[in-house]
Amino acid sequence: MLSRRNPQLNAHGELIHLLSIEGLPREVLVHILDTAGTFLSVNEREVKKVPLLRGKSVFNLFFENSTRTRTTFEIAAKRLSADVINLDIARSSTAKGETLLDTIANLSAMHADMFVVRHGESGAPHLIARHCASHVHVVNAGDGRHAHPTQGLLDMYAIRHYKTDFSQLTVAIVGDIVHSRVARSDIHALTTLGVPEVRVVGPRTLVPADLRAMGVRVCHDMAEGMRDADVIIMLRLQNERMSGAMLPSAAEFAKTFGLTPDKLALARPDAIVMHPGPINRGVEIDSSVADGQASVILPQVTFGIAVRMAVMSIIAGNEA
Amino acid sequence: MRLLVENGRVVDPASGRDERADVAIAAGRIVAIGRAPADFQPERRIDASGCIVMPGLVDLAVRLREPGHEHEGMLQSELRAAAAGGVTSLVCPPDTDPPLDEPGLVEMLKFRARRLSSCRLFPLGALTRGLQGDALTEMAHLSEAGCVGFSQADHPVRDTNLLMRALQYAATFGHTVWLRPQDAWLATGVAASGAVATRLGLSSVPVAAETVALHTIIELVRATGARVHLCRLSSAAGVALVRRAKAEGLPITADVNGQSLHLTDVDIGYFNADMRLSPPLRQQADRDALRRGLADGTIDALVSDHNPVADDAKNLPFAEAEPGASAVELLLSLALKWGQDDGVGLAATLARVTSDPARVLGASLGALAASAGRLVEGGVADVCVFDPQPTWQVSRHTLRSQGKHTPFDFAATGTALPGRVLATVLAGGVSHEDEPVATAWPSGAR
Amino acid sequence: MSTLRLDAEALYAELLGGVRGLLLPDTVLVGIWSGGAWLAERLHADLQRGGLPGLISSALHRDDYSARGLAGAGGATRLPFAIDGARILLIDDVLFTGRTIRAVINELYDFGRPHVVDLAVLVDRGGRELPIQASFAAAKVVLPATQRLTLARENDGRFAFSLKDKS
Repeated sequence: MLSRRNPQLNAHGELIHLLSIEGLPREVLVHILDTAGTFLSVNEREVKKVPLLRGKSVFNLFFENSTRTRTTFEIAAKRLSADVINLDIARSSTAKGETLLDTIANLSAMHADMFVVRHGESGAPHLIARHCASHVHVVNAGDGRHAHPTQGLLDMYAIRHYKTDFSQLTVAIVGDIVHSRVARSDIHALTTLGVPEVRVVGPRTLVPADLRAMGVRVCHDMAEGMRDADVIIMLRLQNERMSGAMLPSAAEFAKTFGLTPDKLALARPDAIVMHPGPINRGVEIDSSVADGQASVILPQVTFGIAVRMAVMSIIAGNEA
Repeated sequence: MRLLVENGRVVDPASGRDERADVAIAAGRIVAIGRAPADFQPERRIDASGCIVMPGLVDLAVRLREPGHEHEGMLQSELRAAAAGGVTSLVCPPDTDPPLDEPGLVEMLKFRARRLSSCRLFPLGALTRGLQGDALTEMAHLSEAGCVGFSQADHPVRDTNLLMRALQYAATFGHTVWLRPQDAWLATGVAASGAVATRLGLSSVPVAAETVALHTIIELVRATGARVHLCRLSSAAGVALVRRAKAEGLPITADVNGQSLHLTDVDIGYFNADMRLSPPLRQQADRDALRRGLADGTIDALVSDHNPVADDAKNLPFAEAEPGASAVELLLSLALKWGQDDGVGLAATLARVTSDPARVLGASLGALAASAGRLVEGGVADVCVFDPQPTWQVSRHTLRSQGKHTPFDFAATGTALPGRVLATVLAGGVSHEDEPVATAWPSGAR
Repeated sequence: MSTLRLDAEALYAELLGGVRGLLLPDTVLVGIWSGGAWLAERLHADLQRGGLPGLISSALHRDDYSARGLAGAGGATRLPFAIDGARILLIDDVLFTGRTIRAVINELYDFGRPHVVDLAVLVDRGGRELPIQASFAAAKVVLPATQRLTLARENDGRFAFSLKDKS
């Protein structure tokens, strides 16, 4: 079949879009992490700006609301000296008639250089990348339940920062895996970077057996999932899941799969606890754990800015 | 008009005929197969040297979008596309706008199709009013207006009591009920359950969506004795259930569409919306079982499942795109490709798009039943002449349908399809003739 | 065409002498990644300076980002001293167009306002495209613009030059 080249890479194997971690070679991921390290030190200088994206326009296209993600992308772009335009395209305005591709065409006519896209449907950034002009770069800020590659990368940065060597780790991801784009990106990144054991933990309705096809070990028991883990990634339980067909209640989830101190005690003594945020205290994670010594949730945010600066500066410098 | 189709290889699956012969046609009927009568003076000749002369194709699933899209001239364009694909009879589902639940609508549709003289049109009537699944339609009136069966299209009846009553009622008059085996609640996803849907983060349709519905339908057939035609099998488990039901002697027939026969979920690639189809593409094992089922007769017919979708409805994120593909022009080629790939003989291959679908329609075809899907002396002159040698590249430039989206687009598959229709004869008149189009037919000299 | 041979070790000895002449007690050595950084390291040791030499990368301020993209992450800038009011001596292996020095000075200014910035290099090959000069150069040569001169450091720490055609 034709058209099978990964649309994120140009003919030289360089990154021109970041749509998904899946299909990216290990070297590309490592390059992003190394570059993020440089930007982390930039963010500690007095002058936190570098001129790499000066004169470029970055459009934040958020079809799904997210102040926190949008803000980190905005900070990252501004630290690269780019001009940032935020577009909150609520569902209702697209329902008024303008198609996604018409929106993109109009914005391209305004000389956009980069689109940072968050959309409720899996595959939307791929559609945009297929149809925008060749000099425009697309960064996926989260599409449906498919991918959230910058989150996956910043999670890897955090793990590398605290644990150094991926090849010795046991990582457990807990929660609503089947609906989670963060989980999918984390899983692809972990397996590409050589983590030998990646576990997904949760009830069968949220963690179905066919996840095994992604190269992970499926656990339906929290104790089993936590045993000797080096890294625990807790996912946010979304409100829609908590009532009804998938899960009876938040309280039930907290009881069976919530990360409490005694569950954490089953993991390695030096295990780290991560969460993409925002956290639901008392549901997927106890306050004492979220605020405790093992938690690296706040550093993740700092890493997030550096990782996004790395991604944007790498792709903007490569031609299609 | 007197027409002579000469020098071709005549293949008629129903009778087993496969020989070089001429076909003489007059007044809309086949006068002779073999040698034309000595005094037969044709007004027109078609030289079928190197070609196969077969019965016109019978396609059991073609959406024409009319009523509903009259302003776009869809009826005309889609019927012409059918003729270009060698199709002489087609069945359309009742999910038009408004649905075909009133005899007047059916009569109007048949009238307009007859005037266009491109293809015979056999509509399915709505099984329930407005396809809502609440109340039965006037099946006797509708069948008098021309409906060959009754269907819910893609709107499953949730109320099993009503479904049973509908089957009983239809059985009273000997009508066939055409049902998609699709559970309303389990089939809300956009891609088949499996590794691909999981990886791509697409909501999934488990096999149970088809098997649960099949079990229900089969039970109701047992209880009512109604004839049911199952539309668009998509899974190995589904094929197995149908095989057992047929072995039991239940009055069930089934079809499969060209997409499920040739493609799998892996072909979705990077969210290619041309692969957004209903039923969704399943895995390799399902495709293999469907192919075996079509070969051994468990599945009676191959259909195109033609559904012209506009660009605006496809250039969307995968889950938002409208499912469907233009396919009526590809039916013959897809049948030939299946036959070639799986070593199914030519007669059996062509049977699945001629005599077998005609058999599914059975008595509902009325007078036509005796010769539809066959080449019979004295029967209707619905003929397709095609050259099996050349291949063609499917693209928006070579498709005649107004819908330009198909998963078999050469740009996506890199595979050209076999077979080229030279001429289609409908009721003794030429409904389609191929013009040599250099870009469309890159290979195969005649 | 005669092959030009530059003895890096011999030139280093010259550089050492030249830098000694430029030093004041509060001068800090800052090596430009990568060749300049190696030189600064060795100079710092040979001159018995206290503390650590600085390392600076031009990557974030280069003017050829649009054409070349982001250069390899390479050595990140490491300046373990205050820049405000500092007396800085930049060390580099080859001075050519002057663009790297321009980028490095911009990078320095992200950290503060130095009092004085000076430059010493191993080889000045001319071909300046900006008004930049070195206070000391161990050698001045003219090379065809199509050739690239870089410093290499062998496993035993010895310096050597490499002259290649740009591909």
